Order: sequence, then structure tokens, then C-alpha cells
Amino acid sequence: MKARVTVTLKTGILDPQGKAIEGALRSLGIDGVTAVRQGKVFDIELEGADPAKAEAALKQAADKLLANTVIENYRVEVLG
Amino acid sequence: MKAAVLVFPGINRERDMARTLRLVSGIEPAMVWHAEHELPAGTDLVVIPGGFSYGDYLRCGAIAARSPVMDAVRKFAGAGGLVLGVCNGFQILCEAGLLPGVLMRNENLRFICHDVYLRVERSDLPFTRGYNAGQVIRVPVAHGEGNYIADGETIARLEGAGRVIFRYCSPDGMIDPNWNHNGALNAIAGIVNAKGNVLGMMPHPENHVETSIGSTDGRGLFAGLVEALQAHAA
Repeated sequence: MKARVTVTLKTGILDPQGKAIEGALRSLGIDGVTAVRQGKVFDIELEGADPAKAEAALKQAADKLLANTVIENYRVEVLG
Repeated sequence: MKAAVLVFPGINRERDMARTLRLVSGIEPAMVWHAEHELPAGTDLVVIPGGFSYGDYLRCGAIAARSPVMDAVRKFAGAGGLVLGVCNGFQILCEAGLLPGVLMRNENLRFICHDVYLRVERSDLPFTRGYNAGQVIRVPVAHGEGNYIADGETIARLEGAGRVIFRYCSPDGMIDPNWNHNGALNAIAGIVNAKGNVLGMMPHPENHVETSIGSTDGRGLFAGLVEALQAHAA
């Protein structure tokens, strides 16, 4: 089973890397970009075929390691 | 003093730390590999040195914080044992949940590597008894992620309980954005846990303990620890 965990910074947390990317996009002449926030994507493969079980395991993985919930939110998607 | 210096893959300041502990206390510290489940018997100080544990993968200190030896450190700290984390060690303590907050990318996005001035906010802790409250010391920093943040409630709790121990300041002790090199909230350079036995700090006091280096301002921290542990044993 394939799954994806997406980790993003919480609203209000400063993201200097996102800001630098935003500046670089502007200097490349890419129009209309008003804000960039950088995050992380984890593509994960799991044993078994039970999506509920997979989701529970991934939530645990995100809480324990993949995200620092002081500053980050996460989203778990079981892709099947 | 029976110090244990933790060693993780990618750590590179453990020898500086061991050298300083030996120099100030006269006793060789134990070097403890991250895969150990226990600290050496009789350990009375755990030091988590600086470096780039696990290449800073995922988040600085994130993977080291989940290694077996950290369970032993958690137990040791829970029983009141003294724990000092410097630089990556501070990041590891935050990731392990032993200290609140997070060290984010420096505000100016640069790796900063130079001397800074710190104001010692309290002198009544084992870590700071070698200093006077309000004293300014000069020690180096070397980090890309030292920008301390926490939610408003946590900051209020830290400030209210006097748990901010070191702040970046001007040479005459003023808190000023121009001297807050990494953009840390309230110019926070070092904090302790609620019990006051776990200290995390970004700067490297272990690198300023010898006159040949040009400053011995870091020595007070280690000399204070030696005294505190002697007093405790007596």
C-alpha cells in the first residue's frame, strides 16, 4: 500500500526558506507569486491492505517523528 | 564529576567538549555511543555536544532525539540529573521534549560562526553559579538553525519562571536586535527546564576556556558545574 504524509509549517510560523524561494521566483520573472511556504512530502510504502490500520500507523509516525507538532501540521493520505 | 558525553553519528564537537571537561574538572569524561541503553554507573552530568547528528536530516536533532541513549537521558533527567546540551545538543533536547520550543533556521538564512555576547540572567543554578547575574560573557556560536521559537504561552511561562538563562546582547549587556544574530524570540540563547537541571544553549562555552584562545569566559559554566557536583556529593 502506498501513502503520503505531507508536513507543512503552521500558520504564523516564520519560514525564511519559503521567503528566499519567493524572492528567487520573483527574480526569475515568474509573475503573480504572492507567498511561498516550504514543506515536506514523505512517500511511504506499507505492508497489508487495511487503509484504516495504515492511517493509524502513519499518524503515529507523523506525531512521533515526521512532524514537529510545535511548529508543523501534517496530513496523511492513503493512496491504496 | 563523572561526565558522560553523548556521541551520535555526525556529531563533531564532542572532542572539544571532552577536552574542556577534562581541563576544568581534571577527570576524563566517558564517551557514550547513541546506541547504548544505559549511562555509565555513577554519571552525574550528561553533555550533548554540538555537530550535525544524522546530517541534520529531517530536522536538526530529530533523529538523534529518538535514539536509545535518549531514553536513558530522559530517566536521568527525570531523577534530577544535570544535563547540558550545546548547539546541536540544544536542538536534540528540544526535539526529545526535554526542553520546550524549536530552533528554526536563522532569520538571515546564514550559517553564523563568530563570537557573540551573552547576558547571564541568573547565577543561582548549577550551570551559572560560576557567573554573576547580569554578567556579559563572550563565547562563539556556529550554527545555521539557532533561531529559538515557541508559542506565546510557552514564552510567557519561560519568562515568568526565569527560565531564560542566556540572552544574546551587546558588549555592554543591552538586548538589541542588532546583536540578536539569529533572530531568536526575546534574544533567547539558552533555557532550562522547569526543575532547572536541564540546560540547552546554542553558543559554545566549551571553546572559550583557555587563555591561549583569547577568552576564558566559558570556563565559569564548567567550573560552576564541578563546584555544584562537589557540593552535592559532600
